[in-house]
Amino acid sequence: MEIRRSFETQLQSLKENLMEMGQFVRRMLQKAMQALVEQDIPLAQEVISDDDVADAMDINIETKCIRLIALQQPMAGDLRVIGTVIKVIADLERVGDYSVDIAKTAIRLAGEKYFKPLELISKMANIVDDMIGKALTAFLEKDLQLAQEVCNEDDEIDHIYKNLFDELLDYMRKDPNLIYQATYFLFVARYLERCADHIVNVAERVNYMVTGQLLQLAPSHRSTAEE
Amino acid sequence: METQNVNFYYGDNQVLKNITIKIPANRITAIIGPSGCGKSTFLRLFNRMNDILEGARLEGKVLIDGVDIYDDKAIDVAMLRRRVGMVFQRPNPFPMSIFDNVAYGPRIHGLHKKKNLKEIVENALRQAALWDEVKDKLYNSAMELSGGQQQRLCIARCLAVEPEVILMDEPASALDPISTLRIEELMQELKEKYTIVIVTHNMQEAARVSDYTGFIYRGELIEFAPTVDIFEHPQNKLTEEYITGRFG
Repeated sequence: MEIRRSFETQLQSLKENLMEMGQFVRRMLQKAMQALVEQDIPLAQEVISDDDVADAMDINIETKCIRLIALQQPMAGDLRVIGTVIKVIADLERVGDYSVDIAKTAIRLAGEKYFKPLELISKMANIVDDMIGKALTAFLEKDLQLAQEVCNEDDEIDHIYKNLFDELLDYMRKDPNLIYQATYFLFVARYLERCADHIVNVAERVNYMVTGQLLQLAPSHRSTAEE
Repeated sequence: METQNVNFYYGDNQVLKNITIKIPANRITAIIGPSGCGKSTFLRLFNRMNDILEGARLEGKVLIDGVDIYDDKAIDVAMLRRRVGMVFQRPNPFPMSIFDNVAYGPRIHGLHKKKNLKEIVENALRQAALWDEVKDKLYNSAMELSGGQQQRLCIARCLAVEPEVILMDEPASALDPISTLRIEELMQELKEKYTIVIVTHNMQEAARVSDYTGFIYRGELIEFAPTVDIFEHPQNKLTEEYITGRFG
């Protein structure tokens, strides 16, 4: 017998809203990277205006969460879902912001011929994209193993970021004419690395939602980036 | 205070099934569960209030300070009920003055000296956060007080005989929200000196006031844990379903 059907419906719609927001910022990041690689200014501008939509989604979902807490007094598993959603939308919103930063970089560099193909940056972006997809599925399906996979992937991101950092510094040392572009590439790598950290947060929240335990699933995920 | 493998029957009807629990001293323990689950019967184990019902039968042990309170050689029931006070769902002041209500217990327990009695009454009323509201009308009838005040009076009456434990059976369910919060606040003050066990069907109340929560379902203690654990991540699926309102 379903006693709290109306509450259940609202909780379900909250999860759907979060999935929509997740897919939306994931698409923003994909578009921003495409704009950067293909030096596509209109696409980059689209990402910048998408940010208002992502922000509105964030506020809308948070408002729903607060309202559910106030009016329905959720407990236990329900409470953890709502607490998770509140935290996760903040992380997703940040991914949207970093996508905008990448889009702005794409516009700045649009008139320049890149001194090297963006292989490692694209590789990072693909991994982050994969992490977002997995984290969202983990949320929807309460899949702890998938959440853990997301966290494991972060190690690879940190590894590539470090290599890229060394490589770009090397270019800059050898040819100061490359500093302008290389610095922006470094920024983009940094944005992607930060996105990955936010997605690790999402995965950790999924773990909390399911188990009630707040754990650092990727203890190494801070080390390389912060050093 | 604890129970060991307690089974309790009304005639052929088994109301409590193999309950073993240790109630922490100077803490508030809430017992929750759907209507008819046995939670009030459980509460009444501790002051032997179930004894008066016909066909009542207990197996197992109920211990206070390590002493079996169902061992008639070791325990005087009147003395037990002084040590283990009780507050009921509906405020039940006696039809007498506020003063006499609070003085009733000390008088029958032989505290006759008037000066002493006044002190006891004032003390109990202060502890029950009622003194300031009634100090100028101690000799008015208790029936003139509001529901919330009457309930605090009953708490004062219970405190006047210096109990160690206070049992509360839905103490706020007949009160308005503000009076409810006042009783809950009072409980936080009282737990410094007393061990409190409260039975409530209001889960939010249990979550607000208690340190530990036990969930009883069909006479079984399903889960007993710190209140934060019960309401944030209960271990048992039945507990989860009950407190999230998936059944009741």
